[in-house]
Amino acid sequence: MAKKKHVRTMRSKNAVTGYLFILPFIIGFLMFMLKPMAQSLMFSFEKVTPGLTGFTETFVGIQNYKFALTGDPDFPRFLVEEIGTMVTNSLATLVLSFVIAVFLNQKFKGRTFVRAVFFLPVILSSGVLFGLETNNDLMQSISTVANESGVNLTGTLEDILRLSGIGTRAFSVVFEIINGVYDIIMASGIQIIVFLSGLQTISPSMYEAADMEGCSRWESFWKITFPMVSPLLLVNCIYTIIDFFMKSDSENGVLDRISEVMLANLDYGLSAAMSWIYFGVAIALIGITSFIISKGVHYYE
Amino acid sequence: MSNTPKTWHAKSFWERNRKSGGYLLRSTSKRAIVNILRALLMFGLCFMILQPILSKISISLMSEKDIYDTTVIVLPRNPTTLNYTLTSHLMSYPTALMNTILISFITAVLQVAACTLVGYGFARYDFPLKRIWFACVILVIIVPPQVISTSLHVNFRFFDVFGIFNAIQGQPLNLRKTITPYLLMSMTCMGLKDGLYIYMLRQYFRGVPKSLEEAAYVDGCGSLHTFVRVMLPDALPILTSCFLFAFVWQWTDIFYSNTFMGTATLLSGELSRIAMRLSQYMADTQNASGSSVSIARQQQIIGTGVLMSTFPLIILYIFAQRGFVESLSMTGIKM
Repeated sequence: MAKKKHVRTMRSKNAVTGYLFILPFIIGFLMFMLKPMAQSLMFSFEKVTPGLTGFTETFVGIQNYKFALTGDPDFPRFLVEEIGTMVTNSLATLVLSFVIAVFLNQKFKGRTFVRAVFFLPVILSSGVLFGLETNNDLMQSISTVANESGVNLTGTLEDILRLSGIGTRAFSVVFEIINGVYDIIMASGIQIIVFLSGLQTISPSMYEAADMEGCSRWESFWKITFPMVSPLLLVNCIYTIIDFFMKSDSENGVLDRISEVMLANLDYGLSAAMSWIYFGVAIALIGITSFIISKGVHYYE
Repeated sequence: MSNTPKTWHAKSFWERNRKSGGYLLRSTSKRAIVNILRALLMFGLCFMILQPILSKISISLMSEKDIYDTTVIVLPRNPTTLNYTLTSHLMSYPTALMNTILISFITAVLQVAACTLVGYGFARYDFPLKRIWFACVILVIIVPPQVISTSLHVNFRFFDVFGIFNAIQGQPLNLRKTITPYLLMSMTCMGLKDGLYIYMLRQYFRGVPKSLEEAAYVDGCGSLHTFVRVMLPDALPILTSCFLFAFVWQWTDIFYSNTFMGTATLLSGELSRIAMRLSQYMADTQNASGSSVSIARQQQIIGTGVLMSTFPLIILYIFAQRGFVESLSMTGIKM
């Protein structure tokens, strides 16, 4: 009897201590996440006009959503474009970061330096810098100067290939991917770290055993390396999508439009509705991809 | 015994190759080709990452005449540091730098402190509704701040806790354009990417053997004491990682600072306004009407601004590279 009571008090004591530890999160979540989320959801169904001491709200139903999707001149177009680039970019990011992680995990001269360079984008590609980088690329100014004097090599090459008349569309897709490699590399620092940490946990004895059995490098890559890091594929995929959706650089037309509507037009209701549409799309995409990937993920215990 | 390897080495490559039936040549050349290809790929990608930085450095040292000179490509003909002086003036660099360092440091410390507590709580204690609260952490990670920014904006504009301030002052507080929203949000784990740090720290603490704390408990150490004296010292590498990320991401962030701080003098904000400032400055000093600044000149100044504001970060990265990369992958965090 006494023992039973002791167990219960221990558990309740643990519960209290646990709650004390996560108390900051609970307060923050309720005040700065749940409340604003609920409020923003409410806003999205209302017309909000800010006043001097507060704001007045009038319920307008789904009018904001309707306007965002059919009335706004830019929003739907931006949204569709955004989803398109997200799909291609995420795929490219995943493949590229995986390949780079495999390379960085091998032993070669200057590996430390190469690693340091590859993670540099993690600190440089965030926030305002990335936006300035892509928007006002310095190279652009150089290429305008170069264009005037007619010595733009890549431009000329592009023109020649375009004019040669074979599959203009196919070429433009290729150019797009090549032009996008820089953006993709800049966005894949964290993914490389995650893959790399996964690769480092694979024990070398597995490769040795496979080697003994006459397995080639190529085969052991697909039979050992790939399945072992496949759980991280899921994590990275979700991270990439979130990262892409949250990137507040100047290329992201949707977020620009949202903050423009909020800060310039002071239309809180419409901007809230737009954010919720955007968030809904993000959640749906994350759900779909994690459903697909989790089917093929292999968990090694 | 010592003779055998010597004679084996003494044989020429071709002889050994012949004995192995051509296998040695094939495998050696295959390895060489793979190495060369890898080196090319690595060099190309590294160059691509470093090139914008290098070209910014060279362009920032050029005088305005050199930008238009098509024969000047990498090395400036008339090197000058005037661009740095001008950019520093346009960005009010010293003030912005001090403010940014201060804010990034304070928020990063608060964020890491709060997230460590929470991460530890999630990793070690069992309490009712734990799964639900952890789902909330995941929610924090995936909700873009833009979704709640609208109402956070309004929230801090008319800030009030249960109508207390309203009762005392007759009106709610206006916390916009102050540092308070930052501090409040960092202290309560709602700052920039805090969900991610909680997740990382929880994963780390879950991997630490429980016997360490049990020993401390047996010796009569309390929960908080155990956490501070036993767990924290071991967690220093991962804490450093989190701190560095928090610091750097706060440094370059523009979304939060624009939403909460308005027009405060921070490096990121100044950087985004630099183009506007430049044309204003040109109009003021040269009495020219309209936009007299060429695109190339504008790019040069922006590039210099980017260099100047990332310079401290790059220095930090060079010194703390291990903290950023190695500790994160060495702790074996399975995200």
